[in-house]
Amino acid sequence: MRKVYLDSNATTQVHPEVVKAMIPFYEEIYGNPSSVHGFGREAKKHLEKARGQVAELINAASPDEIIFTSGGTESDNFAIKASAYALKGKGTHIITSSVEHHAVLNTCKYLEKTGFRVTYLGVDEYGRIDPGELKNSISGDTTLITIMSANNETGTIMPISEIGKIASEKGVVFHTDSVQSVGKVPFDVQKNGIHLASLSAHKIYGPKGVGALYIRKGTEILQWQQGGHHEQGKRAGTENVPGIAGFGKACELANSQGLKECAGIKKLRDRLHKGIETNVKQIRLNGHPEERLPNTANISFDYLEGESIILSLDLEGIATSTGSACTSGSLEPSHVLESMGIEPLFAQGSVRFSLSIYNTEEDIDYVIEKLPPIIDRLRKMSPVYPGD
Amino acid sequence: MEEYSEKVMEHFKNPKNVGEIKDPSGRGKVGNPVCGDIMELYIKVENGTIVDAKFRTFGCGAAIATSSMLTEMAKGMTIEEAGKLSNQSIVDALGGLPKVKIHCSVLGVEALHKAIDDYNSKLS
Ligand code: FES
Repeated sequence: MRKVYLDSNATTQVHPEVVKAMIPFYEEIYGNPSSVHGFGREAKKHLEKARGQVAELINAASPDEIIFTSGGTESDNFAIKASAYALKGKGTHIITSSVEHHAVLNTCKYLEKTGFRVTYLGVDEYGRIDPGELKNSISGDTTLITIMSANNETGTIMPISEIGKIASEKGVVFHTDSVQSVGKVPFDVQKNGIHLASLSAHKIYGPKGVGALYIRKGTEILQWQQGGHHEQGKRAGTENVPGIAGFGKACELANSQGLKECAGIKKLRDRLHKGIETNVKQIRLNGHPEERLPNTANISFDYLEGESIILSLDLEGIATSTGSACTSGSLEPSHVLESMGIEPLFAQGSVRFSLSIYNTEEDIDYVIEKLPPIIDRLRKMSPVYPGD
Repeated sequence: MEEYSEKVMEHFKNPKNVGEIKDPSGRGKVGNPVCGDIMELYIKVENGTIVDAKFRTFGCGAAIATSSMLTEMAKGMTIEEAGKLSNQSIVDALGGLPKVKIHCSVLGVEALHKAIDDYNSKLS
């Protein structure tokens, strides 16, 4: 059976060149970068090379502004807590959006329990915040804005350059969870007035368990993890050198060919959307039609529940995900779709297709062939389906 | 995610008794307050025995498999027996369900009980 992986916003297959770049750090270059001897110095050299590769991809002013972490979730926790606490003397108000990843939302909720006030900005039907509303929400005690660059479920891109402008006008720190956008769309921390940005390796064909936090020079932030002097004293712990070397390579690839490849991915994504639109009635696209990651299409199949769709697709070898309450663990529907004002009934039937460089036209045509009968079968079973 | 048993997947892939019964002896429609799903169940009763049962479900794989298994089990039961059918017996027949999916089987049983109530109310 054909296997088609369309869940690349969850994780990606590691690029063969990334794997190749990592192997020496398990076999030969196993030194601890903090050690004085040759083994350590060699590892250190590669650690710093990777730092440069990451910095270049996001146009950081200096590699020193990159602190390696264990991934996107840690970077979000680090950025938000360590800067909120550092700025506590100036104020305790944080602004975020209602469609953030749980790594951001739950960190904000945690801070609310410890004396911070958080404003959750709503979004329009496409999932974008209103910069005017953001501006009005800033008060004298606002210290931090944390708004994602692009949404993981819908792919909708936030107006980050406007947010960055407002933040610098008002003298507020701007953190962005850029896990989904880095490597898929041009992302420039300097141009967009970003102080803190969370990155993850495994969303861009790198290994799992590695990420980074970009910290613009001069940004007030506390030490995150206590211990030795690693990572400029900001995050203690022996660095994951193999993972970091892989992350560096993944960033280099994203920089040299990634954005070019994204044009091809977008073509496939649109072919998929069009194919579904022509062959299945009563569907709707969730997310912004244009201001959207090139690899993401979140589509609701009316009158259906998402788990039953992704299970059926899985039986055909096709991997996707859904915003249905039935698969959320908490049995609550997607907070993202809910914030966009999508009725629960239609949020239930949402399926996220997220593509990668590995997908082919044949993959897409296979999905377009397999999907309509699945939808048909399930709709016949649905007590709420009114017919065509 | 916790995996579904083979039996669940079998019933999900080829559910039995999908559809509706014209002029049913009893009909039960329930909504699930947990995740928002909906189940509709029809029974046909002759001489106090369920001779046919059909369903329509808007829900997850477990909800569909439960509906299918439930209608299979209910067929041939007397109204009294069916009234005593527990969600646990359906879960067992399905070779177990992931913990987060037990509520889907409860919904199925509620639909059946509602259909039986409907039947009884028509009798009296
Ligand atoms: S019907 Fe929603 S979890 Fe089963």
